[in-house]
Amino acid sequence: MTTSRFGQSGPSHNMSHASISPSPPQSTNTVNTDTAGTDTASATVQPILAMHDVSRVHGEGARRVNALLHANLVLHPGEFVAIMGPSGSGKSTLLNLAGGLDTPTSGHVLVEGRDLAALNVAERAAERRRSIGYVFQDFNLLPGLTARENVQFPLELDGWSARKAAASAVHALDEVGVSELADRLPEDMSGGQAQRVAIARALVGKRRLLLADEPTGALDSNSGTTILEVLRRRADDGAAVLLVTHEPRFAAWADRTVFLRDGRIIDDTGPSDVDMLLNGTEIGGA
Amino acid sequence: MAIKEALLALLQRSPASAYQLKKEFDATTSETWPLNIGQVSTTLQRLQRDGLIEQCPDSETVAAETTVMTATADSQGTGHATSPNHSATVTRTKSQTTAVWQLTDIGRDAVSQWWSTPVTLEQRGRDELVMKLAFAVTTPGVDVTALIQRQRVALQRLLHDVTRARRALPPSDIAGLLVLDHHIFATEAELRWLDTIDDRRLRARI
Repeated sequence: MTTSRFGQSGPSHNMSHASISPSPPQSTNTVNTDTAGTDTASATVQPILAMHDVSRVHGEGARRVNALLHANLVLHPGEFVAIMGPSGSGKSTLLNLAGGLDTPTSGHVLVEGRDLAALNVAERAAERRRSIGYVFQDFNLLPGLTARENVQFPLELDGWSARKAAASAVHALDEVGVSELADRLPEDMSGGQAQRVAIARALVGKRRLLLADEPTGALDSNSGTTILEVLRRRADDGAAVLLVTHEPRFAAWADRTVFLRDGRIIDDTGPSDVDMLLNGTEIGGA
Repeated sequence: MAIKEALLALLQRSPASAYQLKKEFDATTSETWPLNIGQVSTTLQRLQRDGLIEQCPDSETVAAETTVMTATADSQGTGHATSPNHSATVTRTKSQTTAVWQLTDIGRDAVSQWWSTPVTLEQRGRDELVMKLAFAVTTPGVDVTALIQRQRVALQRLLHDVTRARRALPPSDIAGLLVLDHHIFATEAELRWLDTIDDRRLRARI
């Protein structure tokens, strides 16, 4: 039987039945293999991001809103995961919790093994600067600074010397293919150029967790594809990338897509599986 | 699936054997709808029957030479290949694997007709997903939300696979890129269509 390379996809990995780890992991080996995105082959590698049974509730009583409920998500080095779901499903809440911009009502968020909730405000801010990069839909570049200055700014905030920070910034700009823009101001850049500078800023230094919230939302299709190429390359080079998007075509650049609805992770496309690809159907005769 | 027309189009490029046609078809479509050699042979027989293709004179010569060699061995009484049944088997196998096909004038006209005629909706056939959803939303007891979500996950998974395959293609593979781009756009369109159905059902409930 002849099979298509894009055979029929297998059954979905319904995350509504995923096991929920009631307590935070004590070591890298305790990561629950049923949580979204964990596989046995990578169980010994420390995840860059580990979210365990994370919930975020706003308000009380009749005003209670379950923004996120019992979310489990693990990203290892080199993993690129897309988050999709309708408006209000909890995508941005999940991203904000993953990046320490918000704190969970219950559950634990670990970035490179450190529980963000256990840190005080100053420590968490420092952790964000050192480990986590953000990319936003509207770029958020500082208007009075050149591309290089924008990229080196967070490093200087973290105590780097201006000279060392500038060298790293130039290197980061080169990595995303916009080194020629180093001395250009944001207002003189196209949307696609500005977003690539924003990615350089997000990943400069030793930061290995990249959180991107609709980074292609303000871009045309070609510029959007260029941004996904950059994100994909960064993941292939060892970063963990979490992308929130409503564009299926861009989500498909990730290794897998996690679906949220009403604050819950309800599905996951699962890892790529060669057998799945080969499980195709024969096309009709002449 | 227009396998017949696709094979005629390949033969318009140059004469080819069944195996070469299979390989070229798979390569051109980036192995999206791989053919098996049996399908190709059956289709070629039908095309020959309808006068659209013919064997090249060269391939006929190869078959004839094989027959002569077998007959010579028999007449010299050399032993091993003297069985008539054995000789016949060898001849048949050789002639099948070496047959090279080319278009007739009728075949050339058929390909020209294919190029100049748009593909209609009827030719594309029924879409099972559309039918399934139409029946699902009008049949009591069907969990349409779950059905849509399962389909969404399957399509998104397919989109991951196709996108990964497209990234691996060299820019020079124009036909392969074209085919995979079609899959990407078509899959994305189906996902958006599912979202639209979901939104409409949600609003109706509110």
